[in-house]
Amino acid sequence: TGGVPRVPAPVTSVLSLAVTSEQIEHLHRRFKQLSQDQLTIRKENFDSIPDLEFNPIRGKIVHAFFDKRNLRQESDGLADEINFEDFLTIMSYFRPIEMNMDEEQLDRFRKEKLKFLFHMYDSDHDGKITLQEYRNVVEELLSGNPHLEKESARSIADGAMMEAASICVGQMGPDQVYEGITFEDFLKMWQGIDIETKMHVRFLNVDTIAHCY
Amino acid sequence: IPSVSSIVPESCLLIVVGLLVGGLIKGVGEKPPILKSDIFFLFLLPPIILDAGYFLPLRPFTENLGTILIFAVVGTLWNAFFLGGLMYAVCQLGGPGLNHIGLLANLLFGSIISAVDPVAVLAVFEEIHINELLHILVFGESLLNDAVTVVLYHLFEEFASFEQVTILDIILGFLSFFVVSLGGVLVGVIYGVIAAFTSRFTSHIRVIEPLFVFLYSYMAYLSAELFHLSGIMALIAAGVVMRPYVEANISHKSHTTIKYFLKMWSSVSETLIFIFLGVSTVAGHHYWNWTFVISTLFFCLIARVLGVLVLTWFINKFRIVKLTPKDQFIIAYGGLRGAIAFSLGYLLDYHHFDMRDMFLTAIITVIFFTVFVQGMTIRPLVDLLAVKKKQETKRSINEEIHTQFLDHLLTGIEDICGHYGHHHWKDKLNRFNKKYVKKCLIAGERSKEPQLIAFYHKMEMKQAIELVESGGIGKIPSAVSTVSIQNINPQTLPLERVLPALSKDKEEEIRKILRTNLQKTRQRLRSYNRHTLVADPYEEAWNQMLLRRQKARQLEQKMNNYLTVPAHRVDSPTMSRARIGSDPLAYEPKEDSENLPIITIDPASPQSPESAELGSEEPKGCSGLPPSPEEEEEGLVMRVKEPSSPGTDDVFTPGNSDSPSTQRMLRCLSDPGPRPEPEEGEPFIPKGQ
Repeated sequence: TGGVPRVPAPVTSVLSLAVTSEQIEHLHRRFKQLSQDQLTIRKENFDSIPDLEFNPIRGKIVHAFFDKRNLRQESDGLADEINFEDFLTIMSYFRPIEMNMDEEQLDRFRKEKLKFLFHMYDSDHDGKITLQEYRNVVEELLSGNPHLEKESARSIADGAMMEAASICVGQMGPDQVYEGITFEDFLKMWQGIDIETKMHVRFLNVDTIAHCY
Repeated sequence: IPSVSSIVPESCLLIVVGLLVGGLIKGVGEKPPILKSDIFFLFLLPPIILDAGYFLPLRPFTENLGTILIFAVVGTLWNAFFLGGLMYAVCQLGGPGLNHIGLLANLLFGSIISAVDPVAVLAVFEEIHINELLHILVFGESLLNDAVTVVLYHLFEEFASFEQVTILDIILGFLSFFVVSLGGVLVGVIYGVIAAFTSRFTSHIRVIEPLFVFLYSYMAYLSAELFHLSGIMALIAAGVVMRPYVEANISHKSHTTIKYFLKMWSSVSETLIFIFLGVSTVAGHHYWNWTFVISTLFFCLIARVLGVLVLTWFINKFRIVKLTPKDQFIIAYGGLRGAIAFSLGYLLDYHHFDMRDMFLTAIITVIFFTVFVQGMTIRPLVDLLAVKKKQETKRSINEEIHTQFLDHLLTGIEDICGHYGHHHWKDKLNRFNKKYVKKCLIAGERSKEPQLIAFYHKMEMKQAIELVESGGIGKIPSAVSTVSIQNINPQTLPLERVLPALSKDKEEEIRKILRTNLQKTRQRLRSYNRHTLVADPYEEAWNQMLLRRQKARQLEQKMNNYLTVPAHRVDSPTMSRARIGSDPLAYEPKEDSENLPIITIDPASPQSPESAELGSEEPKGCSGLPPSPEEEEEGLVMRVKEPSSPGTDDVFTPGNSDSPSTQRMLRCLSDPGPRPEPEEGEPFIPKGQ
């Protein structure tokens, strides 16, 4: 096996900060574990992670790795397999915040993370989270409890959707229809939660800004 | 002109009141009482700590636990030794008055005064509403440093009576820290689990549910204090452990009771503590030594600032969200001392420590300085530095969904990376909790209820209560949006509404009932019959007879007072109180009332939102409500398993098989519990969280 692979330019330029070389090594090792020494990973490779079994939104997480919108490719839809660059790209969404970010960078940082989440909710890629998709999300969240009726999940999703509509649109007449949660509405809903501090995986600490080529 | 209360925090005003009262008592010639340590530690302190522990916001606490522990343990140790050492130096140089104070005495003094006091911190920080992070850091530190204080205090107190201190003693002292803190936590956890387990079986005796919470917590505190373990940590641990399970088991009313009792007791305690501090200042014997006191004050502040600076530098290496200098300033400035220091000083034995009066004077001076000067100036400083304030966000169902989603996502990512981080272990703990612990400690079906559902039900109930409070189902307050299910899902038939559909007449009836019953402050028992939907003349006659009998009984009791053998067994005051407190009306609904919704309303307090509970709406075609003691609802509609015949005086005659069960029924029916199982299509579940 060669040394640490090149981190491609798109990763560093768009995200403007790189992960350190040790972290890349660690991730590369993990990648090789998952792919069983192949160059690419397919969906089935994720089955080999035992702890992932218990995760109720397992499907969505795995799906997110193959979502072309997350991989910054121009096209849409799902990739069949991803290589290490793509793996790193997905991982970079979980970078922790840094002290020296200015307002604009912070805003972009936040938007990126929220976009990732949005793509997870919006499974049919039409740019809106419809009621059915939201119901699907809630059902998956509650899927860890086998004896739960679908009715409860549905009513929760309906209630949540109504709340989202009232936050985003305000008062609605009985004839208006709220199509779905767009990305702007999604941003509004997340205003109270500071995602830039919450959505990170700890070991991806950017201690030194080492660009590795 | 700003009002006094906006400048001066309440704690300062209370101390001033105490000073005045003490001065008054002294002026009259009496000896003012001093805050005795056992009263303080046994009666005044536990309610405050229990209140803090029971309502501790667990998420920010556990997220910042490392930081809090470092501040609490290392920070307090640093303060104690730094201060003790420097004061020893001062004493050596301070002239004849101070020379005889040894190193150990100074270290003891340092350990007493170095601990940040939770009561003072609570009192001051409650009013300034800073952001959650800073609040939990300072407050958490003040709670957890109790273990260190206890260990150091006892250690130095004992060492002061030794001839010499060996290395072994020091090592044992170091080990005792772990014993004290972990032992305290263990005691708390044990009692918490017992309390949770007990609450599982309280579905028949709901009125005394709050008692278990208070009782077991207090016992945890006493047990820990008995063995010189950290009582505060035991109390916190008990509160934290028992809370999720107890709240799933107890009724909504018990939950309210616990909340209000804790708040009430802790308020009273806090007030008394500060007043007593003032009085004790006037009453105590003081020995003022300029050098000692001023240098204590000075070094206290310096120690605190240095400690916070150094520790933050160290902690920031490991934190994701770093602590800014502004945060550090607030943490340092918020290190208030309070009554615990005073009480510990008061506990010192006069024979071993003859400089006790001087210590007490210095302690009081430091307390006054921190509470008055720092307490008063922290609010303008917070505004000046533009420290982030607490955001008043209402928890919405969306946030809950998103937070849970994020948790699972991060856990998944950690698993994929192969990194066993924070989320991984939290997830494992949750799964363990769900699989084993909840089954043991939560009664019935609720053990399987996922958090999202519980949260949703809680929110639904709050909204329902708000709706009722705002004047009935017809009027929608402007705060609530007009968005309905039609707006988001046009194909949905009205039947699929989240709220069950009501016909116009039913709505009118409900509105009328709610209006009449909520606006009357006190209902006489008999008048309920006239306004309910389902009055049964048979039952009404029985109730009239009951009341008549009760009056006759009371009369007879008075006459029987002087007889050696009473004719009937005398009712215990508790039982009669329970009976009067609960609604003894019991009657069966008419058989054809299946189409009418059954409303249950608590007569006592129309103002409190928690008193209104909307009962279940039976879907059409359901056979009448089955009478069962499990379906506990109170007020207008109650079901009695065994309706007694009008002839027997069953409530009072002993030996009758009906009477104990009826008694129990009456007592338990005063407090509805969580519905055992959500029935079909039932949106409102009137139970606790």
